Amino acid sequence: MKIALPVNEDKETVCISFGRTPLFLLVDAETGEKEYVDNSAAASQGGAGIKAAQILVDNGIDVLLTPRCGENAAAVFQAAEVAMYKTEGNSVEENLAAFKAGKLAVLSEIHSGFHNHGGK
Amino acid sequence: MKIAVLSGKGGTGKTLVSVNLAAVASNAAYIDCDVEEPNGYLFFKPQGIKTLEVTVPVPQIDGLLCNGCRLCVDFCKFNALAFIKDKPVLFPEICHSCGGCVILCPQKAISERPKKVGVVSEGISGNVRVYGGIMETGASSGVPILRELFRQSKKEEGLSVIDCPPGSSCMAMESIKDADYCVLVAEPTLFGTHNLNMVHELVKVFKKPFGVVLNKCVPGENPSEEFCLEHNITVLGKILFDHKLGELNSNAYIIADELSEYRELFVDLLHRIEGEVKA
Repeated sequence: MKIALPVNEDKETVCISFGRTPLFLLVDAETGEKEYVDNSAAASQGGAGIKAAQILVDNGIDVLLTPRCGENAAAVFQAAEVAMYKTEGNSVEENLAAFKAGKLAVLSEIHSGFHNHGGK
Repeated sequence: MKIAVLSGKGGTGKTLVSVNLAAVASNAAYIDCDVEEPNGYLFFKPQGIKTLEVTVPVPQIDGLLCNGCRLCVDFCKFNALAFIKDKPVLFPEICHSCGGCVILCPQKAISERPKKVGVVSEGISGNVRVYGGIMETGASSGVPILRELFRQSKKEEGLSVIDCPPGSSCMAMESIKDADYCVLVAEPTLFGTHNLNMVHELVKVFKKPFGVVLNKCVPGENPSEEFCLEHNITVLGKILFDHKLGELNSNAYIIADELSEYRELFVDLLHRIEGEVKA
């Protein structure tokens, strides 16, 4: 099982933005192996959420841990059968541990996007 | 003659100025280009309204012909296509109708279907033909609606007053493109001056002749007036901050039809603009 999280450049904290996070951390739950993937969607003019979701789907993830997710990205994950869980606090390690212990809730609130309102 | 009325932000008085300019003319068209939040019709209360649907083409993918080559998904600069379970999936709200995917598809699996993005309408209010439009909720741009609006109002040969959307975005550009003259409406604050500067830059890029109407003027300094002096910009007229005006206007009365001093003000303003256009 492959788990993904949007992370800041410090690689220790969860990024508040899904579509425009600088990096994604991919963790193989069986081997514990970690991999960082650049989020090329961050520089997109529009549709960043869709492209970011595409990058993760192309990387074959099964689970996404994120503080929030827009409706277009969520549609991509739903179609690709990726499960989404809501992170708590901003520590990457604590969230991974909480997920493994079954303590993270399924992400239920999907926002309608910050299109052109999230600053440039 | 086409006069476009614009400002860097909402609430400065574009609709006040454009509605009243059209109202005092003997024969005019009023074109409300703020298709995100149209409000000119509230003043004119037009009759005999005819409406027309506006559509844009969006791709339609034939799942049987598609071989999952992914060319279309990788091509789309707007990320309107995702690739899920070996097939492209369209997000129509993100699509900009560029048609690139249709041209590119080696399997000829993509055709186009119309998607409704809004409506345009036309009606009559006394001597004024009232044109307007409104975007469909979720549509990505109002530009296709503005294009249709100008197609419909092309038959107008006399005075057209174009009430622009606020700001200097592509919708404002589309609205002033064919204007003979631009009227910039400005508030007497630093914020108002900043917004005036934005549309000032825009009309300079478009090489349009223009002048400024100073609205909501109060005694004391007016940074927008100072800006005009500094940049040698024609001040076409001043409208004072007037509670009476505000109240009538907020109740959707056309002020020039209600108070003779305002009829005179807008008649003078129209003459001044006509003089500027001929000069």
